[in-house]
Amino acid sequence: MPVYSATAGGETFRFGTLAALMAAATPARSGDQLAGIAAETEAHRVAARYALADLPLAEFLNEAVVPYESDEVTRLILDTHDRRAFAPLGAMTVGDLRDWLLSPSAGAEALSSAAPGLTPEMVAAVSKLMRNQDLIGVAQKARVVSRFRTTLGLEGRLATRLQPNHPADDPAGIAVAVLDGLLQGTGDAVIGINPASDSIPNCTRLVEALDRLRLEFGMPVQSCVLTHVTNTMRMIEAGAPVDLPFQSIAGTEAANRGFGVDLAVLKEANDAARSLHRGTVGDNVMYFETGQGAALSADAHHGVDQQTLEVRAYGVARAFDPFLVNTVVGFIGPEYLYDGKQVIRAGLEDHFCAKLLGLPMGVDVCYTNHVEADQDDMDTLMTLLAVAGVNFVICVPGADDVMLSYQTLAFEDAAWLRRTMGKRPAPEFEEWLAQMQLASGPRALPDLARRMGIPA
Amino acid sequence: MTRDLDPFGRRLRALTPARVRLDPEGGATPLASVLDFQLCHARARDAIRLPVDWQAVKAALAPREAIELQSRAPDRDTYIRRPDLGRRLAPDSLARIPRSAPDLAIVIADGLSASAVAAHAAPMVEAVAAALTGFSIGPVALVREGRVAAGDEVAEAMGARLCLMLIGERPGLSVSDSLGAYLTFAPRIGTTDSARNCVSNIHGNGGLPHAAAADLIAYLARRALEIGATGVALKDERGQATLPSAD
Repeated sequence: MPVYSATAGGETFRFGTLAALMAAATPARSGDQLAGIAAETEAHRVAARYALADLPLAEFLNEAVVPYESDEVTRLILDTHDRRAFAPLGAMTVGDLRDWLLSPSAGAEALSSAAPGLTPEMVAAVSKLMRNQDLIGVAQKARVVSRFRTTLGLEGRLATRLQPNHPADDPAGIAVAVLDGLLQGTGDAVIGINPASDSIPNCTRLVEALDRLRLEFGMPVQSCVLTHVTNTMRMIEAGAPVDLPFQSIAGTEAANRGFGVDLAVLKEANDAARSLHRGTVGDNVMYFETGQGAALSADAHHGVDQQTLEVRAYGVARAFDPFLVNTVVGFIGPEYLYDGKQVIRAGLEDHFCAKLLGLPMGVDVCYTNHVEADQDDMDTLMTLLAVAGVNFVICVPGADDVMLSYQTLAFEDAAWLRRTMGKRPAPEFEEWLAQMQLASGPRALPDLARRMGIPA
Repeated sequence: MTRDLDPFGRRLRALTPARVRLDPEGGATPLASVLDFQLCHARARDAIRLPVDWQAVKAALAPREAIELQSRAPDRDTYIRRPDLGRRLAPDSLARIPRSAPDLAIVIADGLSASAVAAHAAPMVEAVAAALTGFSIGPVALVREGRVAAGDEVAEAMGARLCLMLIGERPGLSVSDSLGAYLTFAPRIGTTDSARNCVSNIHGNGGLPHAAAADLIAYLARRALEIGATGVALKDERGQATLPSAD
């Protein structure tokens, strides 16, 4: 097993494994400290970056951070690695990759051609050498488009997930929140409910209600009830109008087992939803959520830092050519991302790494009440992500999710981003909004509410 | 500052606790809403950061005996960063637990809400004790900087058959004093969360009232002793879900 070392300021540091080197090089975060793998000193961290900068990218094809034999995610990553796409990068070190990404020759097309040649570990490694402005600048150049009933990821566009959660899954309460979101022009990425109850009859009832709403208004949107993927497959079998199967995923086989999934079951769900041919402009169907710390939380981290494992989760996601992927960056908790600084950095890393791997990445710009963060931190992160060209953000009424008890963006925040940055909704949805004239036209609230079946 | 809704808009708003605005003209969030949000966030933060007044909890429990214990997390900041330390008892605390082998050990931990413990812990102990006639109950253990699993070590040291952990839940913006109750059969260090039954959302703002929560806990406790298990094996016929730990 190779030993990695670097000399910084006259002191020599050694790193016993590739995973240890990556963990020492990563920006400080509470989850790696909790796992006992963080850099011991600040100088140790920078020394690791020197060593990482000199590491040939090809090393990642020879040294797995999680063993190939015992982990299907590692096997997926290495077995599907595209050597032809990698060839132009084959002689680079991690530091060379950083320089190339920041150079004018790495444009949208070059980035998209390189994506299949990059492994999650290479991408995680280069992100550790990049400042926040680098993560933003490169992500902004990358373009990843996905399609179902709307087209997401086009230049100059910013889409939104409308998240109309209700603590008791009350249909009228959910409909009122949907109405509030539509009035402010949100919902073009997905109208997605986190159900309070995961029972299949309940989830079916909710997905049917969203589909009726879509048909009533002729809305070019897709809906999703975020229940376990095996529930969604049973709903599909029973004929429910499922647009997008959802699943939380992580970067190791063991962590995915903790979520009750493996690659085979994700493939089954993807195939089942595609077979319905419900999309009108494309057939990307899967919706994945991820978040740094998920593997450690499941005690399935193999001594690998949480950011590298997060990028391995994107390796899982890209095998299914999904419609939506987002990190729930501030939701996992302060034991993984302690404060606003860590959440902001992680949000930018997650978005950059996913885009570089070719994923249609969104971010749940969010925090829980025990994280050292507030609305000002969310303003900062959402602004940076909009500059970075994030595909979509998540919005709820008044930034307060009354079912999950955490804070994400408000509908007003998405409207502010669009106004301030000149970003537009997905084209199909933008056209529908213009026809409906929800915001200024003749349709009064009572008429809309009646058509939505709201008893008031 | 804020736009008043007409009666129809007010009826719509009453259909959900969500902060819906229902203003077709949109624009910046009204200042009244911004300040209300900040106040709710401040209350939630205070509930997490302020210490529990354990003397007041002891006084409310009197004449029932209570013992004050400490987890391995010495302070709030460590508690928040190191869940592993909050799950274990400090060695000198462990040594002070009497081995009285009760049917039920009741443990109160601050968790993430001091206001939940202040408002609901002592009344819940009395309500549960009243609902569990015939059960022997050990001295109530009060664990500073404790997580759910800290109860396992307390109950194991007592030699208890069951552990009931009453703990402050992570505050949301609308409710910052919600108490959670976790029941564990044959508690010991290393018990997994899937081996517990959880009764959550015990609070006075549309949550589960003390009496109803105590009845449910008593039902679960009796069933647990009958079948020799809690968690996924113990189905609650009253429709309350068996949830993994929220700590």
